[in-house]
Amino acid sequence: MEKHVLLVFPHPDDEVFASGSAIQWSQQGTPVTYVCATLGEMGRNMGVPAYANRETLPQVRQQELMEACRQIGIDDLRLLGLRDKTLEFEDLDALADRLLAIIQEINPSLIITFYPGYSVHPDHNTCGEIVVRAVQKIPVEGRPPVYCRALVKNAEQVLGKPDITWDVSEVLEQKIEALKAHRTQVIGTKNGLGERLSKQDTESMNWFRFEHFWIYKEAIE
Amino acid sequence: MQSIRKEDVQQALDRLSNQQVYVHLESNQGAYTQGAYPSANKGPFHHTGVFIRNAGIRYSHGKITGDGPFRIGLKMEFGWVYAEGLTDWEQDDQGRILFVGYDLEGRLAVALDLSQQPL
Ligand SMILES: [Zn+2]
Repeated sequence: MEKHVLLVFPHPDDEVFASGSAIQWSQQGTPVTYVCATLGEMGRNMGVPAYANRETLPQVRQQELMEACRQIGIDDLRLLGLRDKTLEFEDLDALADRLLAIIQEINPSLIITFYPGYSVHPDHNTCGEIVVRAVQKIPVEGRPPVYCRALVKNAEQVLGKPDITWDVSEVLEQKIEALKAHRTQVIGTKNGLGERLSKQDTESMNWFRFEHFWIYKEAIE
Repeated sequence: MQSIRKEDVQQALDRLSNQQVYVHLESNQGAYTQGAYPSANKGPFHHTGVFIRNAGIRYSHGKITGDGPFRIGLKMEFGWVYAEGLTDWEQDDQGRILFVGYDLEGRLAVALDLSQQPL
């Protein structure tokens, strides 16, 4: 059983990549902390029909994120206050130090993030990189394992089969309800998440059902 | 947000001329065109996008043109601010003027925000 799990993702709704697992941890009494780097300020979906705008979107998405966390059972949400699309231009070492302070405070037994270099969006890749940098600042014997989601299509060709696949069927309904909390982003939208939610076909459901992770080996060795 | 009516927009643009205003200007095709999600993969695509946030400017006059989607040009002492493809707009309770252009799938593709205070 995990002692404390730390999720580190850049955008509200990215937690869908591990939310089934998070629901299960929370049900088992394992505390889950979620560090979310931005509020997805540059998102293009304003709701269908649009009810947010470029300036109100951050507040709307923060409320959505808080509701999603409530449903997942995440009671410790930390917002880093960075701006969507700008992570890669920040001082990454300074960001790693901020994250390190959180890691040292909560002492997680597991960290989950995106696989650096294999997660498509520059914010995703940078987020993973910051996690790895932070963990590498910890003496080897004290480093928590880092599990990464990889989103590129050829992930398996490059990285091999995922090291871990969790079947979250038991909490699938809750996972989907928690995703729907991100209303502007997923209800009626034409993006991947919105289409998967509306289609509800086997392929989409399997995408929600299985959470695949690669262990980031350089972080722990 | 509401559909643009040129006369209303023109009045709003006039209201903010000849004073310091802060601009958010953005052209945005989204970040998932590389095919992170199969449904988003529309084949070879050169992805571009720009934004500038809180640039302080002063324009001597601003004009809205077109029959929809609309274009806006703000003439400055040494240059221009320009946006095209605008469809909807609002003046919010803080006096900010927000313009947006949605693409055919209803997603923001272009945005122009003007504010007397930093955004
Ligand atoms: Zn994301």
